[in-house]
Amino acid sequence: MHHIVLDRWSRGGTAFHQLDPRAKIVPLLVLLIALATAQRGLAAFSCAALALIVAALLTARIPIAAAFARAAIVLPFTLVFALTCWLSGDLARGEAMAVKSYVSALAVLTVVATTPLPSLLRGLELLRIPSFLLTVTQFVYRYLFVISEEGQHMSKAAAARGAAERHWFSPSAFRAAAGALGVLFARSYGRAAGIHDAMLARGFHGHIHTLSRLRFRARDAAFASAVSLAVVALRLALERIA
Amino acid sequence: MKRPLIEVTNLRFSYGDGRAALKGVDFRLDEGECVALLGPNGSGKTTFVAHLNGLLQGEGAIEVCGMPVARRNLAAIRRKIGIVFQDSESQLFMPTVLEDVAFGPLQRGLSREQAVDRAMAALKTVGMEDAAGRAPYHLSAGEQKRVAIAGVLATEPEILALDEPTTFLDPPGQRALAELLLALPQAKIVVTHNIPFALALCSRAVFFEGGLVSAEGSVADVVRRFAWQFDLKAAQSRG
Repeated sequence: MHHIVLDRWSRGGTAFHQLDPRAKIVPLLVLLIALATAQRGLAAFSCAALALIVAALLTARIPIAAAFARAAIVLPFTLVFALTCWLSGDLARGEAMAVKSYVSALAVLTVVATTPLPSLLRGLELLRIPSFLLTVTQFVYRYLFVISEEGQHMSKAAAARGAAERHWFSPSAFRAAAGALGVLFARSYGRAAGIHDAMLARGFHGHIHTLSRLRFRARDAAFASAVSLAVVALRLALERIA
Repeated sequence: MKRPLIEVTNLRFSYGDGRAALKGVDFRLDEGECVALLGPNGSGKTTFVAHLNGLLQGEGAIEVCGMPVARRNLAAIRRKIGIVFQDSESQLFMPTVLEDVAFGPLQRGLSREQAVDRAMAALKTVGMEDAAGRAPYHLSAGEQKRVAIAGVLATEPEILALDEPTTFLDPPGQRALAELLLALPQAKIVVTHNIPFALALCSRAVFFEGGLVSAEGSVADVVRRFAWQFDLKAAQSRG
């Protein structure tokens, strides 16, 4: 079974991985806000943000190309809006939207790829994010694995019965894929219900307690402050130059 | 006379599509007892077990350790009865074995230190203490089953209910599991099609058929009576 690559990346042992999640979440929020509100000097600020992100990925020994490829998952959504802006005569807004969403996705991915999810959720909880939202996030994340595993089981079963021999773009292949997708979600729903039952049977009552205990040390504070200040300074400086 | 831990009277349940899964089941489990639930697929065994801690709620009366299975008692009842589900992979949902086994104790309000102690003790009982830091999905089926049992043992239940515990286990794995379960002091309900396993572990068997209990007695007697269900040769001669 191949498991979600982000989970594997998040369990690395580099200094960046070892930082308290809050030391990564706070600068991330600063970066996202700075990026979302940037207008003048957006191209230069986006390049600076990309440089910071690449530095973080290199420090955490995350494959750069693979991370960039995974962040592109947001593009099908944002490109539709960008295209709409372009067609309505506002090309600059469309470009800004695409750039901001891609760089933001890459920044979020960098934090998620370097922090195991239970620690990340614990960090968010300590930053007073509503626990209901965090529980939903934890379930969504767990069920991504369920869908991935069920998909792999079905793919193997289909390949064993000659599915690979069919041409990918034939109408019958599309029909089969559509049917398989429906079955995949039905099976995943069944597995998810089983997991929920198992959680209830062991005392789950809406809030997940974990073993992870976080310690916000001096180096975490230094990192969070330095990166947050650097982001704000870069944004202000580049805006002034533009 | 031994204290009854579970008493079920006239339990009936139908699924949403109208299919009646349980049609009036009576059942009793005493302290220290191990009962095998036998019967063909779809006869209602797993549905029955899901009623014992309120995962499903049908009509009729169920009492676990003297408490009626009702919404107000569910938290207490789920502390008394631990269910090991057939699909261990679904039962293990936390990122590491230790976190998974500590899930139950943490949910019950134990401190992190107490939860880790409980989890490590449970992992030691099932011989999996060396796997504490591993991801559950990297374990073999037999190891996953052991960890799933540890997850339930860590909550220190009075009753263990195991649904098809030998599924995916090879014969040495089945033997090791039987030895492990024999050494545990809890009362047990074992849903199984594995007759040698039931004979090794249980003193009594209940046979489910079409949502009803159609026979009960010693495992050997029930197996003899329904031999054609378990034995291919007997089934062929009957056919």
